[in-house]
Amino acid sequence: MPDLGLNVLFKGKNLARLMGGLGVALKISLLSVVISIVLGIVVGLLMTWKNPISRALMRCYLEIVRIMPQMVLLFLVYFGTTRIFGWNLSGETSSVIVFSFWGAAEMGDLVRGALISIPQHQYESAAALGLSGGQTYRYIVLPQTVRRLIPLSMNLITRMIKTTSLVLMIGVVEVLKVSQQIIEANRMSSPNAAFGVYLTVFALYFFACWPISLLAGFLEKRWR
Amino acid sequence: MKKNRKLFAILLTFALVLSLAACGSSGGSAASTTTDSSAAEKADAAGNATGAPAEESSQDSAAVFRTLEEIQASGTINIGVFSDKNPFGYVDENGEYQGYDVYFANRIGEDLGVKINFVSTEAANRVEYLETGKVDIILANFTVTEERAEKVDFALPYMNVALGVVSPDSRVIKDLSEIGEGDQVIVISGTTAETYLSENNPEITLQKYDTYANAKNALENGNAVAWANDNTEVIAFALQNPGYTVGIPSLGSQDTIAPAVSKGNETLLKWINDEIVSLADENFFHKDYEETLIDTYGADYEDSLVVEGGVTAQ
Repeated sequence: MPDLGLNVLFKGKNLARLMGGLGVALKISLLSVVISIVLGIVVGLLMTWKNPISRALMRCYLEIVRIMPQMVLLFLVYFGTTRIFGWNLSGETSSVIVFSFWGAAEMGDLVRGALISIPQHQYESAAALGLSGGQTYRYIVLPQTVRRLIPLSMNLITRMIKTTSLVLMIGVVEVLKVSQQIIEANRMSSPNAAFGVYLTVFALYFFACWPISLLAGFLEKRWR
Repeated sequence: MKKNRKLFAILLTFALVLSLAACGSSGGSAASTTTDSSAAEKADAAGNATGAPAEESSQDSAAVFRTLEEIQASGTINIGVFSDKNPFGYVDENGEYQGYDVYFANRIGEDLGVKINFVSTEAANRVEYLETGKVDIILANFTVTEERAEKVDFALPYMNVALGVVSPDSRVIKDLSEIGEGDQVIVISGTTAETYLSENNPEITLQKYDTYANAKNALENGNAVAWANDNTEVIAFALQNPGYTVGIPSLGSQDTIAPAVSKGNETLLKWINDEIVSLADENFFHKDYEETLIDTYGADYEDSLVVEGGVTAQ
């Protein structure tokens, strides 16, 4: 078997550091996911409003998020707020803001899609039964929407977890940065370490994202 | 009502992002108008111009960086270093920062009597960190260039860098004129070596590679007669790979590596300069080299790489 340099992982606290880095990445992404889901539902509702102003605004918001690379957003929030307002946001706070800003828009679009997939006659039937607008959403529309959302949002959530690799650019030491540090610190003693360490990082990302897919599959079956 | 408020919140987010985008670009151009590093007022003016669209422009210059007194009062100094550039700044297996730059940073913290908060920086965001005052000092193998000096203030240098050329022992290239017509030289795309050779020696055919690993393989396979790169890189390569010699250890203009502080941070700049000068008495940077760099570069290059007391006598 070729030397993958896996031994560098067992030097000192390297393995613990790598897990700590994964912890940072997961903390940022899961916090953002929760915020994105809450805000995303609001954004999604706004997107389906008939009001042309709110529609136009939501459209702009979504397009900006789609067009702007997450990297640019990270720099804008981390350095831009200091430059203009003098706020000293930490790297992790900035990351959560950016990821939530991004997630809310994409989640909103998914919610919008799920909402308009509910046939018009269900609204009409609800009205015929004497349910108010709020009740219609609470008892008829949202439960079905959530079910339809699950597979779509899992895709977004795993993407958010993987995109946390960008936050190393604003000084947050997450799993990818730790792995680069380990590789570089050992570049004289084990020059082949890069392959082994990146392979480990791949496995870590996989085991972080896999349970989410499993959960999604489970929920889909359960709620069918 | 509730929905309106949410709408308003989203509108605000929008406005924020747009204004950030607008100010970011204007800030960059305003900062580059000051070329004279000695004029503190000018730097202050630039600081104000950067924040001009914001309300508190008068206090902005104070917000951008922390003076020496403020750092000492807070008890912690933020120093931006590389965390993955062995042997200059890296993190060892116990999670401790190590390296040539870090050794100096630790001394700074000790002599200032403050704790050090190391911030992991990337090559691409070092200037930004100083311009926003998110770190007090950058000690990340920061090469002094005119372009950068317009945006940050460099202290006295503590290391030399130049280009170097490594070639196999069977045919050591000691001068660029030895490179014949059919010969090719390896460079890594985007490095100073590539720029220097294509500007000054356009007659030499270059073989360009994107990564260090590919360039290394190419030289080992004998695809070219020599490899030009930063001299620290080629020296380290020749030491680790027997059969190769650095025929030209220093080519082109001598550049230096120096600590940098936010533009206009006179008190901190002066303190660092005084520190570097006084450390010369104990040959601090030679000691630093022997602690951190000697395994990579060997003792032969100690005097040509180290700058003591900020004096580049070469």
